[in-house]
Amino acid sequence: MRNRITLFFASRPGIILAGAVIGIIAVLLQKAGNPPNMGVCVACFERDIAGALGLHRAAAVQYIRPEIIGFMLGSLVAALLFREFKARGGSAPIVRFTLGILAMIGALAFLGCPWRALLRLAGGDLNAIVGLAGLSAGIFIGVLFLKNGYTLGRSSKTYASVGWIMPLIMVLLFLLLVFRPKFGEVGALFFSEKGPGSMHAPVVLSLLGGLLIGFLAQRTRFCTMGSLRDIMLMKDFHLASGVAALLISAAIVNFTLGAVRFGFSPQPIAHSAHVWNFLGMALAGLSFTLAGGCPGRQLFLAGEGDGDAAIFALGMIVGAGISHNLNLAGKPDGIIEGVATTGGLSAEGMVAVVAGLAVCIAIGFSMREKW
Amino acid sequence: MGKQVDARGLSCPQPVILARKAISEGNFPIEVTVDTVTSRENVRRMAENSGCRVGVEAAGDEFKLIITQ
Repeated sequence: MRNRITLFFASRPGIILAGAVIGIIAVLLQKAGNPPNMGVCVACFERDIAGALGLHRAAAVQYIRPEIIGFMLGSLVAALLFREFKARGGSAPIVRFTLGILAMIGALAFLGCPWRALLRLAGGDLNAIVGLAGLSAGIFIGVLFLKNGYTLGRSSKTYASVGWIMPLIMVLLFLLLVFRPKFGEVGALFFSEKGPGSMHAPVVLSLLGGLLIGFLAQRTRFCTMGSLRDIMLMKDFHLASGVAALLISAAIVNFTLGAVRFGFSPQPIAHSAHVWNFLGMALAGLSFTLAGGCPGRQLFLAGEGDGDAAIFALGMIVGAGISHNLNLAGKPDGIIEGVATTGGLSAEGMVAVVAGLAVCIAIGFSMREKW
Repeated sequence: MGKQVDARGLSCPQPVILARKAISEGNFPIEVTVDTVTSRENVRRMAENSGCRVGVEAAGDEFKLIITQ
């Protein structure tokens, strides 16, 4: 029985089903209260968690997102049930942490990770096409490094307790969300009263949606970055068929709900500074490729005991703090008193994205083995 | 004869890249050792898509994939 389920999820229909379910859950979570075109966004939601913990003080984006907790714990459950939980680590952790920070800086310049780029496109936000083009460019550069022997070295098997640390941090976050303790007069936790951070589906729905996605994604190895990388590397469309299913199912549900509005500006929590949407996602895509997985995949890997993926995820959370504290994150276009305002990236943000790309390229060149 | 590829502990997609390189060089049978189910599936899918035959042996929590033409 277990083997049969494993074979199904490893098959083409398996990953298409998983992608389709993820797309449907994401749009339904938007309907249930999550921000527009942000049913699930790994980067945005980790940024909200960073905000809730006070790692940044951008008042509009602070909330402990149960979806992230569900992603990891759903993956943990799947890995335990199918005997794939395996604690491992030790493959260049500091590099992975740095790549996590850079990936977040890039994603927040665009205002979303690859998952949200797909959901934005499914909602008619054409800036997402520019972002996805940038993502592809970043992955393409990463693939060139991979072809030339880039590697962060081997991980090794370690104590089971190592693999449990990140899932336990997620349990702790969930307890913080439920009990909402206050640490001092002006201290964390912080929960947004307005803005995207204040918009959320009921906790139970978010958690259940996250758990289901985590379970399916662990079984199918769903990865948005991997889908493009595998096409470029070996014309393998396996992962891409799942990602396409996500996009199509989310678009269909959006159409059914009448929630599609085509255009560049204004789009919800998005800006139309094309160059920086492109370069921001290029930085994110390159970072994901060098680290071996999209931000969602890193959470699922952490759930099955991969300490290196956990370090990358922690890097992303810290990166969100840096991004907002140093004013690097993109500002959305908006309408203030009937007048359209243009968002985009600050000068600091532009410098950070370009510098981030340079750091990634240095990592790609300097960490190669002759095969 | 044949070639051995040790892909244990390597991140995705490096096991696949190494196995593919070995296939393109010929020298069958190729024995690829991996230590995650994900790598096992990925290497198997790539090898089968390249027209090879793949046998899998489990050894503890590692897997040996024997790739033949």
